[in-house]
Amino acid sequence: MTATSEHVHGHGEGHEVDPRRGFDRLRSMLLIRRFEERCVELYSATKIRGFLHLYIGEEAIAAGVMPSLDERDAVVATYREHGHALARGVPAGAVMAEMYGKVEGCSRGRGGSMHLFSRDRRFYGGNAIVAGGLPVAVGLALAYRQLGTGGVVACFFGEGAMAEGEFHESMNLAALWNLPVLFCCENNLYAMGTALARSESETNLALKAAAYEVSAWPVDGMDVDAVAEAARRATAMLRAGDGPVFLELQTYRFRAHSMYDPDRYRAKSEIERWRERDPIVLARTRLEDAGLLDESAFAGLEAEVEDEIDEAVAFAEAGTLEPVEELARFVTSDPALTPALEGGDR
Amino acid sequence: MSTMTFREATREAMREALAADERVFLMGEDVGAYGGCFGVSMGMFEEFGPERIRDTPLSESGFVGAGIGAAMGGLRPIVEIMTVNFSLLALDQIMNNAATLLHMSGGQFNVPLVIRMTTGAGRQLAAQHSHSLEGWYAHIPGLRILAPATVTDARHLLRPALDDPDPVLIFEHGGLYNVSGEVEPVSSVSLEGAAVRRAGTDVSIVTYGGTLPMVLEAAERLAEGGVSAEVIDLRSLRPLDDATIMDSVARTHRAIVVDEGWRSGSLSAEISARIVEQAFYELDAPVQRVCSAEVPMPYAHHLEQAALPQVADVVAAADALVGHRV
Repeated sequence: MTATSEHVHGHGEGHEVDPRRGFDRLRSMLLIRRFEERCVELYSATKIRGFLHLYIGEEAIAAGVMPSLDERDAVVATYREHGHALARGVPAGAVMAEMYGKVEGCSRGRGGSMHLFSRDRRFYGGNAIVAGGLPVAVGLALAYRQLGTGGVVACFFGEGAMAEGEFHESMNLAALWNLPVLFCCENNLYAMGTALARSESETNLALKAAAYEVSAWPVDGMDVDAVAEAARRATAMLRAGDGPVFLELQTYRFRAHSMYDPDRYRAKSEIERWRERDPIVLARTRLEDAGLLDESAFAGLEAEVEDEIDEAVAFAEAGTLEPVEELARFVTSDPALTPALEGGDR
Repeated sequence: MSTMTFREATREAMREALAADERVFLMGEDVGAYGGCFGVSMGMFEEFGPERIRDTPLSESGFVGAGIGAAMGGLRPIVEIMTVNFSLLALDQIMNNAATLLHMSGGQFNVPLVIRMTTGAGRQLAAQHSHSLEGWYAHIPGLRILAPATVTDARHLLRPALDDPDPVLIFEHGGLYNVSGEVEPVSSVSLEGAAVRRAGTDVSIVTYGGTLPMVLEAAERLAEGGVSAEVIDLRSLRPLDDATIMDSVARTHRAIVVDEGWRSGSLSAEISARIVEQAFYELDAPVQRVCSAEVPMPYAHHLEQAALPQVADVVAAADALVGHRV
């Protein structure tokens, strides 16, 4: 692994393995992995077009953080957000239909892979401007605090966002106003093709965030239990009014940046070393070592996930295209159709 | 009817909104303890406290984006940006989020946000505090753009802006803050579309915001010379009220667009194009434009005035049009 950040490993090891939670986390990661593998096939078959940014390798982060959130909480994510949407409970069929550009998609086909949204899940996208979602997360947290909803906001972004001004403005605002924002930095070491050490003067990202008087620490982002434990601790701090919190989740994407990326900027050996810490293999092995999972149970899990994805694809295939006559909808609100999420009086 | 300044009318509108709805708050640079860089929110910090008159750091993108999030989270923010030039630091949030989220989310997330900012020249503030860029914003689908030009509109347009489920940008020309006028009661004011500020028969002069007082003066001057000018105050720059413009042109058969923005690729170009598209056969002469010179705004008083549309320019354009016979 490239020594460009303070790496931490295996914080999840040594925790008592909770069979149900361990199984749920494994299933959540497996769903994301197999869903995206299917997306690649469908992309090759030209069922899916546009950009497709894969989360493969990074699944432990979404799968580890989401269980600490409840229905009061909001999620703001990036253009690499299939995993976040699925882990947050957006139905796989609605996500797949969105990829197909169908009206049954979670954004009615208006957003595509990079702009998944779900009002029901308080899933605020799907933002493809690097760092563009961070100020919005700050504002959501401000509203929740002012309205006393008890909600917190989990905001996901890559380490590339930390070079953007909006990162610094948002950290400052959230810390200054003591807002319940969980800043989840997914440090996969590359801002598209530019390595961390080639884009950041300070590569210790938690240290950098801590300069804003924010609680910040690095987490092994390949270990779903370590991520879950960090998220549990962080959200407890947020709910106690000790926010914001910054987590540097150290991870790696196994695939290229997008379907257009020839991946010429990374050594194959580096990718192979990281694959040895595949988060799904780690979680599976831990469950097996604890005697909580065997070959047939894992096969059963795989089959279950496969079925869910088959259903999602069937749902997307059976979906319909929005009539072109509706092109100009959703530029401005139809007040009867789009009341604000809160208040509901518009 | 009460008399007050444009500044006081803007403040009264905000005070009323904050008093009426707990969810409404004002946020921006120096809106609180300082009282607003143009004094618009003077006294509101003391009246409503620091949570509802919220001073922000110098982070235009950060606090505009926070306004978007707060709006989606259930509050009704009024975000103040000091000047339109500074708003460019928040353009990402305004364009890529505020204007776009409703559409990208397939109608799930609307953004009931109001952004107020100062625009325009005339105070020798040079090339980074003086431009009229509201025409750029009027280009963007998903935004409503308002430009109050009268004390009455300053007093009354905020309420419908806050009631709008989508983002509304209000442009306040810095030269208007000290203008005094009578505030008409809301019952007698239309909150939609353009307003005919002076009726006339020979030429339609279309303008908005800070140039309205100048155009009305020009119309007075024209009347002395026997030319009857109709003056249209757009009030809303997006959407544009085509019907009011075309109705006027159909009666006067001549049109001038007066805009403090630059001419090229501008709001004045858009209005001219619409007149040509929709009322070509009503025209007795080509549409004319009076705009700012295409230079960054200079500091020196004489150069700044030379760059800005003046009464004499409007009068000359109108006289030329009326003299133009087909």
